[in-house]
Amino acid sequence: MGLKEFCFKKSLWVFHLSAGSCNNCDIEILDLLTPRYDIERFGMKLVGSIRHADVLLVTGIVTNKTKSRVLEIYSQASKPVLVIAIGACPCTGGIFTSSYNFAGPLDKVIPVDAYIPGCPPKPEAMLAGVVKLLKSKNRE
Amino acid sequence: MGKKTIVPIGPYHPLLEEPEFFKLYCDGEKVVDMEWETGYNHRGIEKICESKTFEQVFYVVERICGICSTSHPFAYANAVESIPGVEIPVRAKLIRSIVGELERVHSHLLWVGLAGHFLGYNTVFMWAWKYREPILDMFEIITGNRNSYAMFTIGGVRRDISEENADKLLKVLMDAKKKISLLTGAVMDDPVIHARLKGVAVLTAKDIHDFGAIGPTARASGVDIDIRRDDPYAAYEMVDWKVITAKEGDIFAKAEVRLMEMFESISIIKQCLELLKKENKGDIKVKVKEIPPGIGIGRAEAPRGEVFHFVKSDGSNSPVRHKIRAPSYNCITTFRRSCIGGTISDAAIATAAVDPCYCCTERMTQVYDIKTGKKMMNAAELIKLSQKKTEEIRAKGDKND
Ligand code: SF4
Repeated sequence: MGLKEFCFKKSLWVFHLSAGSCNNCDIEILDLLTPRYDIERFGMKLVGSIRHADVLLVTGIVTNKTKSRVLEIYSQASKPVLVIAIGACPCTGGIFTSSYNFAGPLDKVIPVDAYIPGCPPKPEAMLAGVVKLLKSKNRE
Repeated sequence: MGKKTIVPIGPYHPLLEEPEFFKLYCDGEKVVDMEWETGYNHRGIEKICESKTFEQVFYVVERICGICSTSHPFAYANAVESIPGVEIPVRAKLIRSIVGELERVHSHLLWVGLAGHFLGYNTVFMWAWKYREPILDMFEIITGNRNSYAMFTIGGVRRDISEENADKLLKVLMDAKKKISLLTGAVMDDPVIHARLKGVAVLTAKDIHDFGAIGPTARASGVDIDIRRDDPYAAYEMVDWKVITAKEGDIFAKAEVRLMEMFESISIIKQCLELLKKENKGDIKVKVKEIPPGIGIGRAEAPRGEVFHFVKSDGSNSPVRHKIRAPSYNCITTFRRSCIGGTISDAAIATAAVDPCYCCTERMTQVYDIKTGKKMMNAAELIKLSQKKTEEIRAKGDKND
């Protein structure tokens, strides 16, 4: 097991970044913390700073104004960091593809490890996505 | 005044769900001035709407804001239907109101939870969000999705509520009512919550008029406005309900108004479900062949206040102009009154008190040159300026004649 795999073996700390979302995906992420889903039992929790985080969750389209901030936050993350695109918006642009303020899908801005489609994806889908990503990382 | 300290909050800050930037100018503990910057979330929705057909616009406006994802389609439906003047079937009206009120319940519960979290009452956060789950489940059963319901269409609604689901909904609501009363009791009786919220960030009725605030923010200051009663739409005329107001104008009053509104919403849904049983055979949709040229204005009372949509049609199959104004746009200006003069520790809850939603608010963008800070103009604006000058010269010429 390399250092990279070791990092993702234990409790993952998550930082949530809303690039230009409609709030729905964000609310569903917060929903994961609440009693029904309660991801804290897996050791995952939302942290206040990207410098403490292992996972970066991005929601919403990257707009021209947030693009530089997204890059900045990614550069501040301690590597290795897993980037997960939550929802149709960061995956492809979704309904906003034709917007004049759309700066391109997230993977054109920063490297992305997992895509969770849906508008918004259900909390179960987010959990399933994270589990799949971790499995694939640990197999590598 | 002593030396000012600037406390920057944002654009990415653990306190904030969405990207926005606040700058608090502080003198010691006291906030003496504040500035805020939004625009991170501008997605050009109005322009996207103009490139879609009237039917498709519903799914775009639904994604303006995920929390009030029925209010925008509601106002848009009112606007578009006012152009040809369609009268929608009673059953559709009832279903629209049911979905709208369910949304109010889930949105207010969400706010109570977040407000609790900001105050350091994580138990309230967990409770409120736990009680919100059955409501989202009901949304999933009725509309097919937990959020972004895609229920509305021109001339009615897309899905019917079966009798079986109606009974289920009633059961869930009665259950929710009990839990919300429990939550209300716990919140209203807590001495620490009283100490934190009473007399904090007070907005008087005059402030509300000066800043043009609406919705629960206005109602908590004794300003009795509610579009559901003042300009009735959907089924609000058919049922019995009252507008909740409070006089104090502080954050506690806002919490009280929201908590009490949930009971009103539950009672509205209950009455609508009874009427729905009677209207058993009715249609849920009328066919609207085309939208004639003209302008339509639609209003709806979202959980945060009045949503306003303006739609202009030229007889083609898509709007030529679509203007949207969300309630937070009116309410966030009150920050200047509620935050300045208070302490930094109160600023968080004072800004959260109006239940601001920035993705609703950001409807326009302006480009500035980074180096010079000058406003940059696009072709349309330059043409406008040029035309204005001609107008002025013409006006002068007229005077000289
Ligand atoms: S994917 Fe859908 S729900 Fe998520 S932020 Fe985008 S529009 Fe909103």
